Amino acid sequence: MDRLDQLESQSIFIFREAFNRIENIAMLWSLGKDSNVMIWLARKAFFGHVPFPVMHVDTEKKFPEMYAFRDRYAKEWNLNFLRELCPPIEEVDDTLPPAARSAARKTAGLKKAIEKYKFNALFAGIRRDEEATRAKERVFSPRGATGQWDFRDQPPEFWDQFKTDFPPGTHIRVHPLLHWTEVDIWLYTLREQIPTIPLYFAKDGKRYRSLGDQDITFPVASTATTIEDIIEELRTTKIAERSGRAMDHEAEDAFERLRADGYL
Amino acid sequence: MSESKVRLAAVNQNPAATRDLLRIVIVGHVDHGKSTLVGRMFHDTGSLPDGKYEAIKAVCEKRGVPFEWAFLMDALQAERDQGITIDTSQIWFKTDARDYTIIDAPGHKEFLKNMITGAAQSDAALLIIDAAEGVREQSRRHGYLLHLLGIRQVAVAVNKMDLIGYEKEQFDLIEQEYRDYLASIGVTPTFVIPVSARQGDNIVTQSTAMPWYKGPTIVRALDSFMPNASPVDRPLRFPVQDVYKFDQRRIIAGRIEEGRIKVGDEIIFSPSNKTARVQSIEAWSAIPGKPLPQEGVAGESIGITLDEQIFVERGELISHIAHAPIETDVFRARIFWLGHEPMMKGKSYRIKLGTMEAPVTVQSIESIIDTSDLSNTSSHQVERNQVAEVVLRSRRMLALDEFNSAPKTGRFVLIDKYDIAGGGIISMEGYANQRDLITARSTNITRVEHGITPEARAFRNGHRGGVLWFTGLSGAGKSTVAVALEKKLFEKGYNVYVLDGDNVRHGLNANLSFSPEDRAENIRRVGEVSALFARAGMIAITSFISPYRSDRDRARAAMNGTDFHEIYVKADVATCEARDPKGLYKKARAGEIKDFTGISAPYEEPENAELVLDTSALSVEESVERLVNYVEMKFKV
Repeated sequence: MDRLDQLESQSIFIFREAFNRIENIAMLWSLGKDSNVMIWLARKAFFGHVPFPVMHVDTEKKFPEMYAFRDRYAKEWNLNFLRELCPPIEEVDDTLPPAARSAARKTAGLKKAIEKYKFNALFAGIRRDEEATRAKERVFSPRGATGQWDFRDQPPEFWDQFKTDFPPGTHIRVHPLLHWTEVDIWLYTLREQIPTIPLYFAKDGKRYRSLGDQDITFPVASTATTIEDIIEELRTTKIAERSGRAMDHEAEDAFERLRADGYL
Repeated sequence: MSESKVRLAAVNQNPAATRDLLRIVIVGHVDHGKSTLVGRMFHDTGSLPDGKYEAIKAVCEKRGVPFEWAFLMDALQAERDQGITIDTSQIWFKTDARDYTIIDAPGHKEFLKNMITGAAQSDAALLIIDAAEGVREQSRRHGYLLHLLGIRQVAVAVNKMDLIGYEKEQFDLIEQEYRDYLASIGVTPTFVIPVSARQGDNIVTQSTAMPWYKGPTIVRALDSFMPNASPVDRPLRFPVQDVYKFDQRRIIAGRIEEGRIKVGDEIIFSPSNKTARVQSIEAWSAIPGKPLPQEGVAGESIGITLDEQIFVERGELISHIAHAPIETDVFRARIFWLGHEPMMKGKSYRIKLGTMEAPVTVQSIESIIDTSDLSNTSSHQVERNQVAEVVLRSRRMLALDEFNSAPKTGRFVLIDKYDIAGGGIISMEGYANQRDLITARSTNITRVEHGITPEARAFRNGHRGGVLWFTGLSGAGKSTVAVALEKKLFEKGYNVYVLDGDNVRHGLNANLSFSPEDRAENIRRVGEVSALFARAGMIAITSFISPYRSDRDRARAAMNGTDFHEIYVKADVATCEARDPKGLYKKARAGEIKDFTGISAPYEEPENAELVLDTSALSVEESVERLVNYVEMKFKV
């Protein structure tokens, strides 16, 4: 087994644990490179099926290429697809810096959707190497009744024994990609030939490394026009993956506050 | 060549796809400099992202503290404000040799659960000790827990050498003290390295301040660790994770923990002990027409179909028949406790072992282990963050392994209400593998109905048939009372016979040794024979120590639970040792008899004996009188 085989096997194990132990679970699909890999892994885990709803919490501010991708592959991959809209910006905490406030809309949309469908748990495609508070996450991460993350007292998690017992009312985030890195995602996308949104490839000397809302996501300088180029670029770059995501950088604790409140 | 083949060829040549990844945990006492060492290592290898150094500097200035590398991984506001690592974190870097995931684990005692969460994910460990403070409580505890978690590769960094003037003598003392401790728990560190994380000595480049040190730097020491070998050549261990029926296939899904499985293999599911053959190994591929695999190996998450439709469910353990796991309802464990509430003797918890879950009860807490000096103390409870040796009992058979022979199926967690409250590793020392006791090997057998009813036999004999099962320590008086009772009952007209331990071992059980398995088989046979006596209408009195609850319960089950009377012949070890009619205690104390019940092997007291005879208070005559009254009441027609 090479490194990608090991990563894949671990993710499949996590998918199967969650699907067995938790009733009424759904997957979040942000349309980005990570969540596309996540759907791919679910199809491997369940032998070609995705046996739960796949939900896009839509800010209606994504790039047109992302919407086109979503509409095509929701059908092609035979997904049980749900689209949920986020509330208007006026309903969101106005003490947050502007980009963080915009990102917090997604949290609000997420909470609404969870309530509507009574989901006990959601699969989310976050990775530890993306950002320092995500590096402290658990694979099975319990949230309070209103979605908050109590990072001061997380459950122990070892020997692949995850916390799968919860008092009623607890919500759980399950993170099948937590142990992957950015370059692993691209190596796997290349090996498995997983469809990719063209925004990740360089045009006029710039490409997107991480995709979010149009108004708070910025491209980085790059000449990478193929996945192979991207992998080569990542071997030498010293620019952080989420440097183009405005809400991470407005204040020291902006992202921690977002996450504590239930952001991914 | 098609386009897809060209692309796949490109991946295979891509060095990043095949580079080894090793996970290293950094552990040690609080404030001994774990986070600083990680920060220094990243800085000196040029692994920091652009702007990260400046960002950390800004964070420190904002808080009015000197530059602090710990802020690289201590990302939470609470951690930065209190200057303490609360939760484990991970960060990635690479050397020419391979890629690394560095796992930072908190050193503060309060966050032991987070330290374990981090450490359990690692392949190897780097243990940090402050040169000025020396070996401290958590230095020892972390070393102990690493070993308990199964981490076998450990290097030690003696940090802050700058604070002791880079002195060799003090380093030597710390090295010796810590090597001695690690040796006492069976760990040999690969290297002990003097470093200063703050100044960068021996982290990436060889220190000029310590010319007396000839060993490797930290980075070189990491590169010398070996990736853990995948256990593909060990006996198959494949826990059933789920059974799917999404389409016409009924797929048994799971991850192979050890060994390999092939299409056509005959496999056994434990503890249901059902067998079947592997019909296919299932896999999904986006490429249509791709042939299915013929084999799965350790580490792979796979699915199989069987040649016949047998009912199996999550939690069963698949193996080959010749190398099946242990089956038992009682085992010994070394545990670490993380629960908010202490672990209590007699309390029930849920065990999760692989994918299996079952209720277990804490039968005994043998000892609390002090990880500083490895001394043992006794207690009725295990407090949070303590390590202990316990005996756990389940109401049903469990399939498991000893940790030393198969780590992944020899370890477990315990759940208290909703929370993982502890973890442990299994030893069967003194306890029997019960697989052979419960395996029926005969086939094609049909019971013959007797023409005579039990009632008819009882009417002819004037009393019911049944078993009086005496249990108790050697020297408690079982045989003396049994023989006296037999005589008394015979005189009163009862059909009665005593089955005695030594006598049976001369004939029926002459082929059995005193191993845990053979002792259990000894009792199983006596249980079956006494049941035959009882069905023949007689009263069988058995006189065996029969120290294990599982064995006595099996004897009761041989009688279908009726007309079986467990008689606890009770006397404490001191009383029995004072009597010592056969001189056995003396021999046991001298170490001439191994596994002697009450001295060096456990006696599990009956929980629901039908009758208790305290022979330290009752004379033989009084005991017999009570028993005669009991028999006249219970065995009358």
